[in-house]
Amino acid sequence: MRVTFKVWRENDEVRGFRSYAIEANEHMSFLEALDVVNEMIIREHEKYPEGPIAFDHDCREGICGMCSMVIDGHPHGPRQATTTCQLHMRSFGDGDEILVEPWRARAFPVIKDLVVDRTAFDTIQQAGGYVSVGTGAAPDANALPIGKTVADEAFDYAACIGCGACVAACPNASGMLFVGAKVVHLAILPQGNVERSQRVSAMVAAHDEAGFGGCTNHEECEAACPKEISVDAIAKLNVELMRAAVRS
Amino acid sequence: MDLDSRVPSGPLAEKWDAHRFALKLVNPANKRGYRILVVGSGLAGASAAATLAELGYEVDCFCFQDSPRRAHSIAAQGGINAAKNYQNDGDSVFRLFYDTVKGGDFRSREANVYRLAQVSVNIIDQCVAQGVPFAREYGGTLANRSFGGAQVSRTFYARGQTGQQLLLGAYSSLNRQIARGKVHMHNRTEMLDLVLVDGHARGLITRDLLTGEIKRWAGDAVVMATGGYGNVFYLSTNAKGCNVTATFRAFKRGAGFANPCFTQIHPTCIPVSGDYQSKLTLMSESLRNDGRVWVPRNKEDVAKAPGDIAESDRYYYLEERYPSFGNLVPRDVASRAAKKVCDDGFGVGHVVEGRRNAVYLDFADAIKRDGRDMVADKYGNLFDMYERISGESPYKQPMRIYPAVHYTMGGLWVDYNLMSTIPGLHVLGEANFSDHGANRLGASALMQGLADGYFVIPYTIGNYLVTAHKGEVTTDHPAFDETQSAVEAKQAKLVALDGATPVDAFHRELGLIMWEYCGMARTAEGLKTALVKIPELRERFWKEARVHGGGDTLNASLEKAGRVADFLEFAEVMVRDALERDESCGGHFREEHQTPDGEAVRHDETYAHAAVWEFKGEGETPVRHTEPMAFEHVKLSTRSYK
Ligand SMILES: Cc1cc2nc3c(=O)[nH]c(=O)nc-3n(C[C@H](O)[C@H](O)[C@H](O)COP(=O)(O)OP(=O)(O)OC[C@H]3O[C@@H](n4cnc5c(N)ncnc54)[C@H](O)[C@@H]3O)c2cc1C
Ligand code: FES
Repeated sequence: MRVTFKVWRENDEVRGFRSYAIEANEHMSFLEALDVVNEMIIREHEKYPEGPIAFDHDCREGICGMCSMVIDGHPHGPRQATTTCQLHMRSFGDGDEILVEPWRARAFPVIKDLVVDRTAFDTIQQAGGYVSVGTGAAPDANALPIGKTVADEAFDYAACIGCGACVAACPNASGMLFVGAKVVHLAILPQGNVERSQRVSAMVAAHDEAGFGGCTNHEECEAACPKEISVDAIAKLNVELMRAAVRS
Repeated sequence: MDLDSRVPSGPLAEKWDAHRFALKLVNPANKRGYRILVVGSGLAGASAAATLAELGYEVDCFCFQDSPRRAHSIAAQGGINAAKNYQNDGDSVFRLFYDTVKGGDFRSREANVYRLAQVSVNIIDQCVAQGVPFAREYGGTLANRSFGGAQVSRTFYARGQTGQQLLLGAYSSLNRQIARGKVHMHNRTEMLDLVLVDGHARGLITRDLLTGEIKRWAGDAVVMATGGYGNVFYLSTNAKGCNVTATFRAFKRGAGFANPCFTQIHPTCIPVSGDYQSKLTLMSESLRNDGRVWVPRNKEDVAKAPGDIAESDRYYYLEERYPSFGNLVPRDVASRAAKKVCDDGFGVGHVVEGRRNAVYLDFADAIKRDGRDMVADKYGNLFDMYERISGESPYKQPMRIYPAVHYTMGGLWVDYNLMSTIPGLHVLGEANFSDHGANRLGASALMQGLADGYFVIPYTIGNYLVTAHKGEVTTDHPAFDETQSAVEAKQAKLVALDGATPVDAFHRELGLIMWEYCGMARTAEGLKTALVKIPELRERFWKEARVHGGGDTLNASLEKAGRVADFLEFAEVMVRDALERDESCGGHFREEHQTPDGEAVRHDETYAHAAVWEFKGEGETPVRHTEPMAFEHVKLSTRSYK
C-alpha cells in the first residue's frame, strides 16, 4: 500500500507540515511505517535537509505511555483503546494521506517535531500521588482483605499509562482524567484512605498550577484514552474534592 | 580480578541475618552527607533510589526516558513470585530457592538465591501497602497463579500488567522522595561513562538528550540498574531503548562482565511478520497455564486452518514429551521444543523466508471448561493485544506463537553485597548476573529487581561507605576531565559518521548474525563464523553509517549510533563466552552437547562456574576468569521435567 504522511515538523530548520510518501504494508505498525520514513530521509538526506522526524516511543506495546501523536485529528489515531505504537497500517487504506501532529497543550510544550514535554504530569504525581509508607513498614499483605470488586475497580483506574492523550483530546487541555485516575485508585483502597483529603487537594492544585485547563464535561478524554479509563474518575474526583473541603 | 563472592559463612538460612548484623551501619545523622548516584528508574533503580532517600542519603537518579515511570519494567506482564504459601500448597522459602537454582540449571550462586527467596515475602507486603492493586479472591485475600517451571501457585499478578503496577508503586515512592527534595531526578539523561578515582566508582558522565550537554556528577557510590542487553539481537521483546551502553562502558572501566552468553529466549511471542519488524511482542507465560501448545501431526496439514485439523491429528508435543510439567516446562525447554518442531517442518502460519515459524497456543479447551468470561478475566488484555497486532481473535482461533529473545541472565559480576569488581559500583536488577544462572524462571525478574532495590542495597551500601569509601571527591578532580574528554571524543566520532546507511540497518544485521549463530542453538563452528562477521560489520558501520544532525540537540540517530556501536563490540564478548562454554546449560544450548532426544547436557566438572570477562584494552581480546559455583544445598542433577 502507498501512503503519504503529512507530518508537523518543528525544529531549527522547519516549522510546518512536510509530506513523505512511502510503500507500506498492512502488517506494519504505525511506528514501523514512520521508521521507514526516517530511513528514507537518512538515505536521501540531500532531498530532505530537515532530517529524520523526532518522535517519542519506547516499549512499542502500548504500556510505557511514551508514544504520543495526533493522527488524523485523533490522539493515538482512529482505533479505540489503542496507542500509536499498537496501531497497524491495516487501519488505513491504499493511497491515504495521514496527518500527524504532536500533542498540543499549553502544559505540554513542543520540544521538537512530535516530541513534547510532559514533565507536568510527573509534577502532579509528586504533589501527592502516593501512600506515605516507607520500605519495611508494611504489614503482612493478607492482613488487609480487599474485596475483589474493589481491587478490580482500583486496577481499572491504576491502568493509566500517563501518555497525555486525555489532555491532547480536551478542548480545554485539561488533565483531570489523569489526576482523577490516580486520586480514585488510591481513594477507594484502604491503604490510600489516610491521606485522601490532602492528596486530592495537592494534586488538583499542582494540575492547575502547571497550566492545564479546567474540565467542562466534553468527555473527549474518555474517548481518546487508550486504556479506556472512565470519565467517572472526574466525577469521583469532584466528590473527593468536596469531601476534602468539608473536612478541612 | 578479585572475584571473592563475600558470601558469609554459617548455615544457609542464617547467612543474610548474620550478614546484616555484621555489616557496618552509617550513623543516621551522617547519611545526608553521602550522595548516591543511581542510574536507572526501573523496578531496581526506582526502589533503590526511593529507599536510600528514605534512609537519609542524598540521591541523584537518572533515566533516558522522559519520566521514570516509563522504564522498561513497565512492560512486564505475567507476575511476581513470592514464597508466601498463601495457597497452602507446600511452598516455602526453601522450595522457591530450590526451584530457582534448579530452573537456572545450576549456574547461580546459592546464597544469593536463598536471600532472594527470603525477602520475596516482604516485597509483596511492601507493594500492597503502596496500593498496588494485585488480583484478589472474592473473600478479599490475594490471588495466585502458577508459572512455568513451578508446581506450586506462588505468582502474584495484576491482570496482565504486573510490571506496570509494581513500577507505578515504586515510582510513587520515588515521587514522594523527589517531593521531599531527597531524590533529584534527571530524565532524558543518558549515562555515557563511569568515573573512577583511585580505583573507586565516584562519578558519571552523562549526556542531556535534549540539549546534548555533556555533564559530570560526583558521588560517594554509584548504583547501576540499567536493565538487560537483549536488544543486541535487534529483535526482542525489550523496549526499543534498552541497551548495553551503561554496563559495557563500566566493563571498559574494569567491571567484570559475567556470563554474557546467558540469554533467555521466551517461548511465547508473536512471530516475525516481515523485515520491517522493529520489535517482538511477548504473550505472557501465564497463558501456558490454560493454553495448550500444539502443531499438526502431519506435514500436509501445516497450511490448513487449525479448526480443520482433527483432534487426533494434533501433536501436543509438550504434554507428550514432558508429561509431569506439560505446557508448564521452563522457558528454555519450551523454546527449544518449538524450534525443533518448526525445524522438522511442522511449523504453522505465514511463510517468512521459506519457513513457517510458529506453533499454536490454543484456548478452546479452557474456554469450554471455564467459560469465556473467566478466560477473559484472566487474559482479556493479552487477547486484545494479540488481536490488535495480528488481526485475529484468540477467542475464536488459537494464537500463533514463536520464541523470541527476552531477557539476559548475564550481566556485571557482583558479590553478595551487589558490588561489582569496581569498588563502589553496585549493580542491581537485570543488569547484574547473580540470581538466575543460565535460565530465569518466569516471574522472578520482578522479584529480583525489587529485592535488590528495596531490601538488599539499602543495607549493603552503608557497609561500603563506612569501611572502604575514601573521602570526598568533587567534579574538579582530573579523573573527570579525562573521562569527559574521552566521552566527547567518542561523541564527535559518532556525529562525524556521514555515510548513507541508517544506523538501524547495522543493528538489524547484527541481530541476524546473533540470532543465527548465538541464538537458540549454538555450535563452535557457527560461533567462530560470528567472530569473523561481527568485526567486519563493525568496520562497515564506522565507514558507512550516517548520523544525521549534530550533537547539541535531541537527536535519535546519534543516541542509536552510540548504542549500536557498543552492541557491535559487546556482541563479540558474548560470542566468545558462548564459544568458551563448551557445554549446554539452561538457555545456552550447544548442539555438540545434547542427549539423543535433544535435551541439554551440562559438564559440571569443567563448567560449574560463572565466567567473568575482563576488559584488556581497545582491540585486545578480553580475558576470561571464573568464580566457582558450589552447590551445598541443592544436589547437582540433570533437570528433568518429564
Ligand atoms: C515484555 C516483557 C515482559 C516481562 N514480564 C515479566 C514478568 O511477568 N515477570 C518477571 O518477573 N519479569 C518479567 N520480565 C522481565 C522484567 O520485566 C525485567 O527483567 C525487569 O523489569 C528489569 O528491571 P530493571 O529495573 O533491572 O531494568 P529496567 O526496567 O529495564 O530499567 C532500566 C532503567 O535504566 C535506565 N537506563 C538504561 N540505560 C541507561 C543509560 N545509559 N543512562 C541512563 N539511564 C539508563 C532506563 O532509563 C531505565 O530507567 C518481562 C520483560 C519483558 C521484556
Ligand atoms: S511506545 Fe510505549 S506505549 Fe507506545
